[in-house]
Amino acid sequence: MIFPGLKPIVLAAGLAFLAGFSHAGEIRVMCYQDGVECDVAAAQAKRFEAKNPGTKVVVDTVPYKSIIEQLPVQLAAGEGPDIARVTNLGGLAQYYLDISSHLKNRTYMDENFGATAPWLAPSPGDKGVYGFMSQLTMTGPFVNKTLFEQAKVALPNAKATWDDWVAASNMVAKATKTKAAIAWDRSGHRFAGPAVSYGAKIFDASGNPMIDEGYKRTVEKFVAWHADGTMLREVWAGSGGSTYASSVDEFINGNVVMILAGSWQINNLQNKVGDNFDWVAVPNPCGTVACSGIPGGAAWVALKTSKSPKEAAAFLEFIASEDNYKEFTAKTNNIPAHAGLASKGVDYSSAKPQAKAALGVFSNGVASLAPAAYQFQGYKYNRAIMLPTVSRVTQAIVGEMSTADAVAKISSDMLDAVKQAQK
Amino acid sequence: MLRLLSFFFNLFEPIFKLAQRWLGVSRLGWVFVGPNLLVFGLFTFLPIIINVFYAFTGGVELMPLKRPYTGGENFEILLYCSNYLDVTTCNKDVFWRAIFNTGKFALLQVGLMVVLSLMTALVLNRNIIGRGFWRGVFFYPVLLSPVVVALIWKWLLQSNGAFNAGLISLGYNPVEWLTTSDWSFFWVVFVSIWAHMGFYTLILLAGLQAIPKDLYEAANMDRASAFTTLRRITLPLLMPNLIVVLVLAAIRAVQVFDEVFVLTGGGPGSATTFIVQFIYQTGFAEQIHLYGLAAAASLALATFLVILTLAQLRLSRANELGSKKA
Repeated sequence: MIFPGLKPIVLAAGLAFLAGFSHAGEIRVMCYQDGVECDVAAAQAKRFEAKNPGTKVVVDTVPYKSIIEQLPVQLAAGEGPDIARVTNLGGLAQYYLDISSHLKNRTYMDENFGATAPWLAPSPGDKGVYGFMSQLTMTGPFVNKTLFEQAKVALPNAKATWDDWVAASNMVAKATKTKAAIAWDRSGHRFAGPAVSYGAKIFDASGNPMIDEGYKRTVEKFVAWHADGTMLREVWAGSGGSTYASSVDEFINGNVVMILAGSWQINNLQNKVGDNFDWVAVPNPCGTVACSGIPGGAAWVALKTSKSPKEAAAFLEFIASEDNYKEFTAKTNNIPAHAGLASKGVDYSSAKPQAKAALGVFSNGVASLAPAAYQFQGYKYNRAIMLPTVSRVTQAIVGEMSTADAVAKISSDMLDAVKQAQK
Repeated sequence: MLRLLSFFFNLFEPIFKLAQRWLGVSRLGWVFVGPNLLVFGLFTFLPIIINVFYAFTGGVELMPLKRPYTGGENFEILLYCSNYLDVTTCNKDVFWRAIFNTGKFALLQVGLMVVLSLMTALVLNRNIIGRGFWRGVFFYPVLLSPVVVALIWKWLLQSNGAFNAGLISLGYNPVEWLTTSDWSFFWVVFVSIWAHMGFYTLILLAGLQAIPKDLYEAANMDRASAFTTLRRITLPLLMPNLIVVLVLAAIRAVQVFDEVFVLTGGGPGSATTFIVQFIYQTGFAEQIHLYGLAAAASLALATFLVILTLAQLRLSRANELGSKKA
């Protein structure tokens, strides 16, 4: 992408602002998309409107940055859309609207989305229905298979470690004159997968967050991989603060052999890589104690700012219905969070063979997720760990501080943020 | 057209006559400045008061009444270092780094900006070929939005951008312009000067053109050298404009945000993180929004800007007094 900053700045201001203005009978949905998620939702909204005359559904497609940065401010100020597609599941829970009293079939929601419902609950044990997961995701790597074939290097096996992948990818990068071997998304969420694999427990026995030896070891390795040129420098060193940066564009442009991203990028890769090269999803590489990624996902949630809660609940129930959910999952090539659909299986008719194979790899990978990975995803203030990780590790990468100082700063920043959030 | 205008303005005459009768001539002025004061108060003074309130409260709630009073805790978090000679020992080392970067940027950028603007204005004031064209060339970047300026330069400087393509085609290795600290700082200063120099050049050019020609003719008859003419005539008479340029450039340098945010995002690391970006990140971009800390940092910035403004007033007065004595 040539101008990565333009879309968020221009669109965020306009669409996110507009999304706060709805009136009775009109539902505004703030949606971001990795692939075609909002397009599919907009098509379903049209069908909903046809079945419910008098109700208008406006799907505002906004950049992901708006969901992360602007939506929380809007909600805190008492403004906002009726429905949003969010990823900071627990962090925004205080703003979610309980739609259980408006649902026609509460049992259906409990049976199919009950397992992930606690992720959206504002407090443990809460029995409300606030929305549902639009998909499950898992972090994991993608590899440029064509480059491996050109370099005549065998792909490491399913139990290979990060060190094995680093060695193999470096050989490929050198042989094929690729810019760098590996890139990880500039994200604390992505970083947490390898950290857990290297033994980071992230929480102490009382459930309080902590930065331990496993986390430190991962920081050291990651900084060292930048120093020796294994990692593509632009992704992490190319930004300041804790700004998110995707590694996918570099992968699509053939600048790296391997990236650490996640299952939500499958559709994007299918559409943008096309026939340029063969790509595969591979199981999460192992560390010293596990071979784990981090689970996650996005959720459609109703918001307390809604002026049409009944209509918002009706629309959510409509898109949660099995047929619509199936359509959404199949067209967006995502892993379903719908229990019934997951057991029946989804026919990804629009997925090409490599996308189907990738979906299989991620689905199978769920079994290898470490317990700490689930605990991390479910922690309300997990961003207090993720964001300092990004900014401090970058400072270590560019030489502003030592790795030990960076680890100490991640810990103090995290504790400060949690302390403030709990005030 | 004139009749229409006078008819329109005469419509208000009875209202103002009535107001004058009620309030008296001396207080009628308030009627004119009232609406402006209201808008100014609502959008300038009120946010300042709210900002001060936030600076003394904690937590992550946005609504003021939900925020607990924490006294000077935000300032303590922001300013405390166990060793003030080692930035890594500071509670908020990025704040100090941002302060240092802002100071360094202001010194470099303002110094270079004033010198280069003056040199450009002096050249453009001469009777050179295509003078109008060159004036346009130097002023053109001022018309561009800061975001557009930053995106253009980002396109040129990114690792697979035009500059590196040129270097590679000449057989050189590409340079990491935006991912190494020194280069990214250099480009931030360079792009900022490139984007704004035309504006300051214009101010100085106007000043140069206001200097009476007969002074130069007299200097010429006295066989004064070009340097002496510059030192004894041009610079003293241009001083009011130079002070304006200096102060405006300094205030703008301290407030720098948009171009740098788009060009480098404040990176690599915190190499180009300036104080306004620190405030933005702390208050709005970090997801656990520390509004109180951001408000405290913005008070620190406001204090610095007040000092700069007072310095400008003092310089202007000193210059006026100097002119009167002369």
